Amino acid sequence: MPVSTSPQGQPQWRLRTTKAQWLGYLAWLAGISLFLLCWKVISDNTMWVFVEDAGRQGTDLISRMLPPEWTYAHQLWLPMWDTLNIATLGTALGIMMAFPVAFLAARNTSPHPLIRSLALTIIVSSRSINSLIWAMLLVTILGPGVLAGIIAIALRSIGFVGKLLYEAIEEIHPTPVEAIAATGASRMQVMSYGVLPQVLPAFAGISVYRWDINIRESTVLGLVGAGGIGLQLNASINSLAWDQVSVIFVMIFATVLVSEWISAKVRHAII
Amino acid sequence: MKLTEAALSEQRQKAAQAGRWRRLPLIQSPFLRLALWVGLVVYLILALSSVEVNWARVAEGAGRGLEFLAAFTRPDFISRWDDIWAGLLESLTMTVTSTVIGVALAVPVGLGAARNIAPLPVYWVCRGIIAVSRTFQEVIIAILFVVMFGFGPFAGMITLAFATIGFMAKLLAEDIEDLDERQVEAVRATGAGWWQTLNHAVQPQVMPRLIGLSMYRLDINFRESAVIGIVGAGGIGATLNTSINRYEYDTSAAVLLIIIAIVLLSEYSSSFVRRWTQ
Repeated sequence: MPVSTSPQGQPQWRLRTTKAQWLGYLAWLAGISLFLLCWKVISDNTMWVFVEDAGRQGTDLISRMLPPEWTYAHQLWLPMWDTLNIATLGTALGIMMAFPVAFLAARNTSPHPLIRSLALTIIVSSRSINSLIWAMLLVTILGPGVLAGIIAIALRSIGFVGKLLYEAIEEIHPTPVEAIAATGASRMQVMSYGVLPQVLPAFAGISVYRWDINIRESTVLGLVGAGGIGLQLNASINSLAWDQVSVIFVMIFATVLVSEWISAKVRHAII
Repeated sequence: MKLTEAALSEQRQKAAQAGRWRRLPLIQSPFLRLALWVGLVVYLILALSSVEVNWARVAEGAGRGLEFLAAFTRPDFISRWDDIWAGLLESLTMTVTSTVIGVALAVPVGLGAARNIAPLPVYWVCRGIIAVSRTFQEVIIAILFVVMFGFGPFAGMITLAFATIGFMAKLLAEDIEDLDERQVEAVRATGAGWWQTLNHAVQPQVMPRLIGLSMYRLDINFRESAVIGIVGAGGIGATLNTSINRYEYDTSAAVLLIIIAIVLLSEYSSSFVRRWTQ
């Protein structure tokens, strides 16, 4: 914290030095310029007639959605079950694949730096690509259906679970590991008795958390043909049956709230 | 009969001395463990039986899968470069504007959703906004906004900003609820008003985390901007969607590689910015 002297010879306290203050102003100026530049690109690519009309379109949309066609809900149980299966089986498959990857990616358990960087590449590429893109690719390869959705969710989950898990592995206590190694245990024994018990609660917590996220993600996979309630959503939107769309929304909202509650409960119980 | 903690540990000691040591299970109650296993098996049978696989179709698609993997060895940046560049520019601009707008709107909502500084009615309204914004996938919100605002990056920007509000406001509110009360009391004891308390006691405590989270959200928004193009909300997703539908896997591979590169870049730069601000 700089202190400058006033002309009267009295010391004055200031939060920042002049240089730091100017740098701060410059950062703000650069940020605002960038924002305005980006805004210009977007506004050039926008049909403003439609935007002006948005309020009317919005009220029109809501008036079509209300009242929801509740009888439609009976046709949604099966797609909802599919959605749950996509999320759950996808998470299970994903964490099975993420588990070894995380151990290879953690600095303290990785056998070789080269393998470590390979594992980190897997984690980053899986995290960068949204499950919807994975689903789009898999639908062209496997054909439409639940299976494409499950694999899409699994491939996406590897990165998330892998990243959080390898960070947890890197943060473990080294003493139990050394104690087990000192008894003459083999590499696998050290893993299973020294490392694993320390990361198992974190692993379970991360998995449940990812499952909760996957429920949300799996609701839209149907839009590209990968099964679940998204298929119904797509059909209803394409036929402009907005009163059915609102039923689907209510259903998704309820499911996500329940899954969030379950996930929070389980994580509290474990950690 | 339920065993006490001490008796259990004594039992374990004896077992260990007899050479029959077992690792402590994650779930203590053996009954609960069995029930979980049975439930899991029943669920797996039910769930797996609902998965229908058309093996003929899979065999047909397997070739396409290999072709796609092979495309990563020879990504084609050139033949569709104009489309890729336009989509990329739209995605990047959408990311920046939506993050700025979203964070600006998330701050008041986050303040309102913190139980220790907001009155109860405001708290419930803000929590409601957060719940709605967090429940629905960006893609679903994008569909609605495309209907309202027309095709193009504007709808995408609003979608991402809306999603940002829920994410940032929730984490900000949790942060404010966890903050050090002593500093707030100290500032309040000087006779400061609500705004002054906010400015001098709350803001300095949450600012570093707010900046860190904004950088993280910038990263997420870019990744999401790559998918909302599928439903017509602008960005690189539209380019990707077209190239996959046309089976131009070389171009798709190029787009995916660009996305991965930008995510990597933003991850490194965000960790740099976070270190600089803290």
